[in-house]
Amino acid sequence: MINAKLTDKMRNLRDAYSSALIELGYKNPDIVVLDADLALSTKTKRFGTVFPDRFFDMGIAEANMMDVAAGLAACGKIVFASTFAVFATGRCYDSIRQSIAYPELNVKIVATHAGISVGGDGASHQMLEDIALMRVLPNMTVIAPADATEMEDVVPTIAEHEGPCYVRIGRADAPIIFETHGAFRIGKGYVLRRGDDVAIIATGTLTAEALKAHELLEKKGIEAMVIHMPTIKPIDKRLVRRAARRTGRIITCEEHSVIGGLGDAVAMAIQDEPVPMVRVGINDVFGESGEARELMEKYGLTAESIARKAKKLVAKS
Amino acid sequence: MHDENLIKEIKRKALEIRKWVIESVYRAGSGHPGGSLSIADIIACLYFHEMRHNPKDPKWPDRDRLVLSKGHAAPALYAALALAGYFPVEELKNLRKMGHFLQGHPCMKKVPGVDMSTGSLGHGLSVAVGMAIAGKLDGKDYRVFAILGDGEVQEGEIWEAANTASHYKLDNLIAILDRNKLQIDGPTEEVMHLEPLPWRWQAFGWDVVEIDGHNIEEILDTFHEIKLNEKPTIIIAHTIKGKGVSFMEGTLSFHGKPPSEEQYIRAMSELEQAEREVDD
Ligand SMILES: Cc1ncc(C[n+]2csc(CCOP(=O)(O)OP(=O)(O)O)c2C)c(N)n1
Ligand SMILES: [Mg+2]
Repeated sequence: MINAKLTDKMRNLRDAYSSALIELGYKNPDIVVLDADLALSTKTKRFGTVFPDRFFDMGIAEANMMDVAAGLAACGKIVFASTFAVFATGRCYDSIRQSIAYPELNVKIVATHAGISVGGDGASHQMLEDIALMRVLPNMTVIAPADATEMEDVVPTIAEHEGPCYVRIGRADAPIIFETHGAFRIGKGYVLRRGDDVAIIATGTLTAEALKAHELLEKKGIEAMVIHMPTIKPIDKRLVRRAARRTGRIITCEEHSVIGGLGDAVAMAIQDEPVPMVRVGINDVFGESGEARELMEKYGLTAESIARKAKKLVAKS
Repeated sequence: MHDENLIKEIKRKALEIRKWVIESVYRAGSGHPGGSLSIADIIACLYFHEMRHNPKDPKWPDRDRLVLSKGHAAPALYAALALAGYFPVEELKNLRKMGHFLQGHPCMKKVPGVDMSTGSLGHGLSVAVGMAIAGKLDGKDYRVFAILGDGEVQEGEIWEAANTASHYKLDNLIAILDRNKLQIDGPTEEVMHLEPLPWRWQAFGWDVVEIDGHNIEEILDTFHEIKLNEKPTIIIAHTIKGKGVSFMEGTLSFHGKPPSEEQYIRAMSELEQAEREVDD
């Protein structure tokens, strides 16, 4: 159990990213940051202002940026490469595969604007397959932090980790759920709420919704265990198995396609002792324009939707 | 001007590389002799004269780097590395064999002396740009070489990298374009035109030199004359695919096909004959 509280305090993970990056920049002269003409949106520009010599705008040429990152890493740099998730992964898949994952180079891809909550820009910018694309690559670590506090821990942790990492964060502000720093470890999941009826395993933006779902379910007499899974790969297999054994039912929640993401990773972790599972995610469709909140509701990525599905699952099995 | 002995020595190395290309690809039963033979002279000049490197310390931070962007020419690179002393030449006989370290395409994690893993065309120049930026950041004077195929520069990312290199004034970056005029589906100008190549690179802000990629003296002189003038340099090396083996020269068929036993014997005897001519 770690302490997690739903608060009204909101903070943007991109702000957390840039402040953590600057702090890291002061401590470690080997940190180099690349962006592809979205430095104002990803907020890496702030690093560039403080450390102009170690910030390179690569222009609108993302695949090139990933390979340049590999070259820098091959010479001992710890490289953070940022752009929107849709461009960072799909557009760059071969660069990442051939030049970062295969030679296991020290490149940290921090992608912002992941998921449907991007909002108005619509499907072209709403990346819902990035976890799948990155998770399938050997040597790649995949992380989706839940709030700004955790993001501030993720940045120095991945810098210390030797090897490629992919971190996805959203565009929107997110409620602060962790008040203190220091919990985050790569490959570790966290029990945020205890319960024996069903285990809700969530990542990224949906962890806050899972906590709200816990409250909704409590009112209906259902005790849900809530697990936050910031690292999707390598997944905390032991914790997933423990949750499966204890509750016998699992709901996975992610702002991502139901194909290839957290749901698959969890299913794989319990394949030799499976339990009934339901996946909350985007059901194999592209998104559309709208307000973030509206979209999350329409596509069932809310506490209410999680609670509804949990209730059904508990009733059924 | 370089002295006669040096030129002879490099000619011998280039022929040794060619022999090992034939030997290793023949033994592997697969691989790419054509594009390996076309860069043998350039690779020999790099590893046996121009590049600053130390086979006893493959990860030496101050070394010059080489990115073999046209990774399918691995047999030529491996032969040069083995002859330079990075690993025993006997290993060349295990190219592409399971359980041995010489992968079909360069793998930096497995092969000492390989500076970057390649194989998917179009990435290497970008990687070399990253290495060149790192050198500038660290105030080091190493240079980064990248060998590109001519068909390869049809990849759009090459031009992203070309643009980045001149933007960041990477005069420590030297690209060598193996202008053998052939790719898999035919002559480059028929498959997807590239000319005017020198003009295109100039337009991207590069210094462009055109040379005969099989003339050792000219290759050495060209490297020698590269200036640190805030511009990256590309050497367009006019070459012959399959160079050194008569029946492979200028053909499409030996791009990715090993010689038969009979062809292997013929190729080796031609190369041995060439060796004798150097010594005469
Ligand atoms: C991205 C990519 N597409 C296709 C291939 C398959 N392929 C291997 S070699 C080659 C032709 C390369 O031609 P060129 O660059 O002219 O090389 P060379 O003539 O020197 O062998 C192709 C298409 C590849 N390795 N990478
Ligand atoms: Mg060619």
